[in-house]
Amino acid sequence: MEGLHHDTDIDHLAPTPRDKLESSGDEPSGAESDDSINSSKNESFASDSINQGLSPEDKIELYEQMVRIRRFEERSLRAYQQGHIGGFLHLYIGQEAVAVGSVSVLGKDDHVITAYRDHGHAIAVGMNMDECMAELYGKKTGCSKGKGGSMHFFAPDKNFWGGHGIVGGQTPLGLGLAYALKHFKKKGSCLCFMGDGATNQGPFYESLNLAALWNLPVVYIIENNGYSMGTAEGRHSAGEPLARRGDAFDINWRVSYGHDIYEVRSVVGEAVKQAHQTSKPSVLEIITYRYRGHSVADPDQTYRSKEEIEEYKKSKDPINLFKSVLLKEQILTEESALEIDKLAKEEANASAEFASASPFPEPDELLEDVYWETDNPEKRVSKGRIFFENP
Amino acid sequence: MSIISYRDALNQGLAEELQRDPNVVLMGEEVAQFKGSYKVSEGLLEKFGPSRIIDTPISEAAFSGLAVGASMMGMRPVVEFMFWSFCYVAFDQIFNNAANVRYMSGGMINVPVVFRGPANGGTNVGATHSHTPENFAANTPGLKVVCPSTPADAKGLIKSSIRDNDPVCFMENTILYNLKDEVPDEDDFIIPLGKAKTVLEGKDISIIAHGNAVHTALMVAEELSDKHDISAEVVDLRSIRPLDQDAIIESVKKTNRALLVEENKPFCGVGAQICFLIQDQAFDYLDAPIARVSAVDAPQAYSKSLEAKQLPGKEKVLQAALNIL
Repeated sequence: MEGLHHDTDIDHLAPTPRDKLESSGDEPSGAESDDSINSSKNESFASDSINQGLSPEDKIELYEQMVRIRRFEERSLRAYQQGHIGGFLHLYIGQEAVAVGSVSVLGKDDHVITAYRDHGHAIAVGMNMDECMAELYGKKTGCSKGKGGSMHFFAPDKNFWGGHGIVGGQTPLGLGLAYALKHFKKKGSCLCFMGDGATNQGPFYESLNLAALWNLPVVYIIENNGYSMGTAEGRHSAGEPLARRGDAFDINWRVSYGHDIYEVRSVVGEAVKQAHQTSKPSVLEIITYRYRGHSVADPDQTYRSKEEIEEYKKSKDPINLFKSVLLKEQILTEESALEIDKLAKEEANASAEFASASPFPEPDELLEDVYWETDNPEKRVSKGRIFFENP
Repeated sequence: MSIISYRDALNQGLAEELQRDPNVVLMGEEVAQFKGSYKVSEGLLEKFGPSRIIDTPISEAAFSGLAVGASMMGMRPVVEFMFWSFCYVAFDQIFNNAANVRYMSGGMINVPVVFRGPANGGTNVGATHSHTPENFAANTPGLKVVCPSTPADAKGLIKSSIRDNDPVCFMENTILYNLKDEVPDEDDFIIPLGKAKTVLEGKDISIIAHGNAVHTALMVAEELSDKHDISAEVVDLRSIRPLDQDAIIESVKKTNRALLVEENKPFCGVGAQICFLIQDQAFDYLDAPIARVSAVDAPQAYSKSLEAKQLPGKEKVLQAALNIL
């Protein structure tokens, strides 16, 4: 396959009747070459009503969010290299437009769940850098009090249900969130993010079957960054595109690009609208790219070339692309872009300082947050011994 | 009091909780139209309709995880496993997601889900359908584990489990489904989790058991009394986690001898933990080593005669008791 890492090349996909969502907008098929910034396509998504409705302030905010995620990730990488962060660190750099664009189309009854590369989604839903960075540092002030770590950020008050470490393990949970929305008669949806590697886990297929069978408003978003850890798509998946797997269950599916935030908003917006109106699930495959290794423990020297990474950065970096769009729209200036970047860096640095200055959890906190009942002793109804630690 | 079967007691408990709370749903393979593989859910579809009593495809991972996700948002799903053995294809959903989400979220989420179904051997169905994973579940902080042995306990404990705000693994027994016994008629009969029951008072030896092993223990106690003039006390744990440690220790302090009986395989079975607790808390009260009868340490045998020898049967338990008396 020519071009970058991806086997899935949506420009060569023949549209099928189900190759678009019911309330369809623009098709992401066309004649643009793979490496073009393709402003014509960009403009076509820009003219979608969902993007037309954006105020200049909204657009600046989208840009800021992407920049904030990138600066947060870069700062966390530095903290990891300095030994402040342990365990795994899966960076979202390169994929920012997917989380920010997707979350930006959601309403009050729309929910989000994702896998372990979750920092971007967390910041996109409105979690602050301090609580996120402190969690990475394993501090008491972290969003999960230092008990979750990088892969397990949660903010149910912001409709964000994690942060899940096992590949594909969140796909039935997202289904359950959608099920509950329907049970509670909410006109909502659940965006269940996953990677391309997760499409090969069994529970995903079981979940697709139930989603279609029971008509549940879940939107599976496959963030296809081309690699299942270090295994390229062509070596991990038969049958392209990955989203077509929804076809087996009569689920509407679609493949689109993730470097243009307007495109992400259009595509996800349509799927969410469909979920609201018909309760139907959908599968969206969004082609994106990660600049860093699978995790920072991945030396990233075995499965792809530096040129490949540089090529994507040069031609499809979502932040640069959106910046040039906003410059062209005269919403942003070079100066204001610099200022946004500066503020994001400062915010990220401040979060690292906050995390560094925060205390570690106390040892007796190990036994908190295990059971609702032991956390609420005044309401406990069960008897007997529940913890079996030795004194 | 009414005399009803363990199956009907479960059915009543489920019906009462479905009636009480609109956020309770029952889902699983064959629970609705088929009326339940063991008829535990018979009549519930007619009473509560298909949005509350839900037939699922054979997809344990998906519907277990779905139930966990729905419970995170405030529903109280009850998932039926046709056999607890089938939870093994949903292991991640139960042992990672249900058990850990509260912890990993720093206590922001709770998971009020019940996983229930039979977990027993002795039915001549071979190794893949005869698992007793109460020790796995009890070894997983975040999960609660219940193993009722009588109709009254089945009803009182299923109701408590559904109301519980934490994930509960509720392990029934196909051999007990037809067992009939007294169940209180009171309106809202509840048995709290973590409360053992001394089903027979005695003074010479404590036989500590759960599930069907309780009935074996009672038969042994009767024979010990009739033929050996020995007074055995039988403690039914009812819940594995939380565990009524006080009831165990008090009984052992009274009788000074302990025999543990269970269908678990021996290595790291429930009895191993209880044995530790007894030596830790009542060492000076013991007049003999703690004895234990588990299932024979091999995959469950198919052959009826072989499986009968594999389970902790009456003769084996009797001999184990006599060995420490």
